[in-house]
Amino acid sequence: MEQLSLFQAAALTVTQITVVIRQLLETNERLQDVWVQGEISNFSRPASGHLYFTLKDKNASIRVVMWKSAAMRLNLPLRDGMLVEAHGRISVYDAGGQYQLQVDVLRPAGEGALYAEFLRLKARLEAEGLFDAARKRELPSYPRRIGIVTSPTGAALRDMLNTLRRRLPLAQVILAPASVQGEAAPPEIVSALQRLNRLNPPPDVILLARGGGSIEDLWSFNDERVVRAVVDSRAPVISGVGHETDFTLADFAADLRAPTPTAAAELATPITLGDLALATRSLSDRLQTALYAQTDTRRTRLDDLHRRLRYHSPARRIANDRQRVDGLSRRAVAALQHRLELRRARLTGLSQKLESLSPLAVLRRGYAVVTRADDERLVHSGDQVTGGDGLRVRVSDAVIDVQVQQITKERA
Amino acid sequence: MSPKPTPKPAESLTFEEAYAELQTLVEALEGNQNALEEAIALFERGQALIARCASLLDAADLRVQQLTGNGLSEFSGE
Repeated sequence: MEQLSLFQAAALTVTQITVVIRQLLETNERLQDVWVQGEISNFSRPASGHLYFTLKDKNASIRVVMWKSAAMRLNLPLRDGMLVEAHGRISVYDAGGQYQLQVDVLRPAGEGALYAEFLRLKARLEAEGLFDAARKRELPSYPRRIGIVTSPTGAALRDMLNTLRRRLPLAQVILAPASVQGEAAPPEIVSALQRLNRLNPPPDVILLARGGGSIEDLWSFNDERVVRAVVDSRAPVISGVGHETDFTLADFAADLRAPTPTAAAELATPITLGDLALATRSLSDRLQTALYAQTDTRRTRLDDLHRRLRYHSPARRIANDRQRVDGLSRRAVAALQHRLELRRARLTGLSQKLESLSPLAVLRRGYAVVTRADDERLVHSGDQVTGGDGLRVRVSDAVIDVQVQQITKERA
Repeated sequence: MSPKPTPKPAESLTFEEAYAELQTLVEALEGNQNALEEAIALFERGQALIARCASLLDAADLRVQQLTGNGLSEFSGE
């Protein structure tokens, strides 16, 4: 064996060698993402909130630290003797000269096996098409009857009923009670779903719900029988199992997955009582408007008819006729006057003509009419008279009685 | 054609029935010119339906029943 030379290389400080070790461990990928199974011992939780304990099995142990931030996400209380699976990375605690497992996620041992089983069943049912989006049924926007499958004594039921009462108290709820954890739960859940579906009519929607719990508590909702009952349900199913982060196979089979029971009740009632009241008021307004529209149309038409009626009214025709009569009568009067004037003119002409022919006119020109005084006979000839006869001489403005003195015959 | 008002008295209708009939009725009244008597009859029926809806909304109280061995019973386990 070669002798160790004291002067070949300078000695490393403890810090330096620790840095080397740290780098060795902390750059090894295998050690930076690892699941470790073991039993908890020397568990301690100082005031800082960080958790310290040792994981051990029959032959070995490893120091474990869980920082407060990761410890706060734990949903199970840790105690000595508990068999767990811890995920994290190996780091070095310089001051203690120790390597340790820094844990970020921790679960009860066996959960890994459960999870593997969960994945196998999920893959099988998925391959069968039970989770297909095409299988999902449409949910009613306004369910009248809501079926609920859950424990009759759980907080989940109380939460759902409160939510439904607040949002849609018009609805009718039919509770099909079932255990939601333990061996009895899957067959009871299946039976509850089937009985709700046998109602006539079946509920408009079914809420399948359970409050939060450990993965074992929720395990009934990963049961193949439950999954198939959800798929077979005639009524659409909304699942609300556990918390936001919990996904069960029943969730995948459901027509809608809600993160919690309360959310399931909310999603089941997209239309609330307030919405219905608003919608009713809006219909009421439309009814009023529609009637006014009908009567308005009629009123307009009536007004129009009234106008047309007045236009064609007999009074108007009479007025018209009167006007026409007036016109005619004016024309008649005019025509009459015209004719009268014509007549008058002709009359004047005639009368002038008559005048010219009148013996009186002749007389006015100096002629006279001579008649015998005794018999009034007109004297045309000297033969008709003898001396001493009385004659009557008519001139234009007088009658003169004379006596014949002498007759002198002239040639005719 | 306008829908014949169902002879069922409004007071016996469920909210859904009353609301659905009201909706059809309003649409009919909006869409057609009805005989005046018919329009008024529709309007009066509509008012009865609105009153029915409103009273059901006012009185709404979640009814919770439970499946039992031989049917439904009121649930009082809250």
